[in-house]
Amino acid sequence: MDKVKQNWVRFLLEIALLVGLFTLIQYGITTRILNQYFQINLTSMCINIILAVSLNLINGFTGQLSLGHAGFMAVGAYTAVVLTTKLDYPFVVGLAGACMAAGTAGFVIGVPTLRLRGDYLAIATLALGEIIRVTLQNIDYVNGPAGISGIHKLTNWPWLFSAVVLTVLVVVNLVNSSYGRAIISVREDEIAAELMGINTTKYKVVAFVIGAAFAGLAGALYGHYFYIIKPETFNFMKSFDILVMVVLGGLGSTTGAIIAAVFITVLTAVLQSFPEIRMILYALILIVVMIYRPQGLMGNKEFSRQTLNRIWGGRK
Amino acid sequence: MILLDISKLSKSFGGLSAVLNFNIHMDEHELVGLIGPNGAGKTTVFNLITGVYKPDQGQIMFQGQNLVGMSPHNICVRGVARTFQNIRLFNDLSVLDNVKIACHKQVRYGLLGAILRTPAFFKGEAEIEAEALKFLQVFKLENKKDELAKNLPYGEQRRLEISRALATHPTLLILDEPAAGMNPNETKELMQLIEMVRKEFNLAILLIEHDMSLVMGVCERIYVLDYGQIIAEGLPEEIRNNKQVIEAYLGEEVD
Repeated sequence: MDKVKQNWVRFLLEIALLVGLFTLIQYGITTRILNQYFQINLTSMCINIILAVSLNLINGFTGQLSLGHAGFMAVGAYTAVVLTTKLDYPFVVGLAGACMAAGTAGFVIGVPTLRLRGDYLAIATLALGEIIRVTLQNIDYVNGPAGISGIHKLTNWPWLFSAVVLTVLVVVNLVNSSYGRAIISVREDEIAAELMGINTTKYKVVAFVIGAAFAGLAGALYGHYFYIIKPETFNFMKSFDILVMVVLGGLGSTTGAIIAAVFITVLTAVLQSFPEIRMILYALILIVVMIYRPQGLMGNKEFSRQTLNRIWGGRK
Repeated sequence: MILLDISKLSKSFGGLSAVLNFNIHMDEHELVGLIGPNGAGKTTVFNLITGVYKPDQGQIMFQGQNLVGMSPHNICVRGVARTFQNIRLFNDLSVLDNVKIACHKQVRYGLLGAILRTPAFFKGEAEIEAEALKFLQVFKLENKKDELAKNLPYGEQRRLEISRALATHPTLLILDEPAAGMNPNETKELMQLIEMVRKEFNLAILLIEHDMSLVMGVCERIYVLDYGQIIAEGLPEEIRNNKQVIEAYLGEEVD
């Protein structure tokens, strides 16, 4: 009984913390204490968190190296923008449509490619990501390479915050369940997992579809903040950026992915004023991290209350 | 009752026929040994039964159903579980999680239930945890449940592998060289463990082993495989005195 009570207290505390964080930033935005520059970076940060956490489900937990995440982001962005600007549906329909379209794309791409392993899968997903981009470039309905501009700015802090919470919640709850263990067992040893009764193909596809759907959500939020989307934005360098966050944070650590996404966004923002040395510094930091912490900042551990207890030498 | 009936099973890799016209049968609750020199095709037979390889020919009837062409996870669901010659645990996961993964096939809540954390999820998780702990207790691993599998000593890794296989509720347990790398003392313990598992869980066991004391000690019937073909079959005593087996495997007597 005590444990149930403890869990409730913890749950309420977490809710209070989230509401607190949300209100604080919302207050800052309405009173204009947080300026436009801060808001743009905040938006990028939230979108990056969604992208990193969702890619981490595929690369980190399932152990399937996917390099086509920007492709799913593009599918989501274009679906949502077409729904809201061309067909005049409300934003929420656009977001849901983006998730569904990207998830479907994930399924269609995942079923044939997830039979491949390691490098082969990486190359196949890379190629399919590019196929999505080039296809969009050649569809006149979405203005080809010029892209769609004049998108209503519908993405705001409440939407961003809810989307981040939703993504993290779904991924964390999934990973910490029997289905999540099945997904992780694929990463650990695919043959052993299969022989223990785990339908490895099915769980690879499940992880891939969920990851793709959230990439689509991130794409939709992106399109409705930065006014314009064009195929070039979603090239394979974008996929690479997301992969860097996941590897930097530690494959298989959701908190690691979040920390890395925040870190990379801040780094990019800080180095914006030094365009000449930006990419050099960016690369150097990555090299240093990979030399001293090849498993990523968090390894496959999560940052939790236990971690805090350990750091402060408290009781276990 | 016949549990497993393999007939005319053949598998070749390129020009090499690893298993040729292989026939064995097993009754329920039987403990059968499969021995043979290195490279005789024993592990290939196991890989064929569990669906890792597809046979070129022949059929594998298990409880009246042909397993040929089924995917490994479906074969596992039908009641065949195995361990590996070179241990294949989920190394970076805890001992408890290793067994929990094997319990996945009896999960009672859905994917959506997991994401929404429904009451069914908490109930199902509690059941799985209790079940996994039960298996760890049988193998005296419950006080190591939070250790990473890779940090266990060798003998305990072997035990964990067996408990993980049992957690899938098999009717046929296949052990691939369970005593490999064990000292005589550990082998003796393992023999008792195998006997106990068979009684406690009421299942049939098929085992590959090089350690003759173990094979002769626990197996009720033995098949001898050489160059992919069965060269002898019978009770341990008969195998020990079979001339062909002695030549192929146990070594010729020196005058």
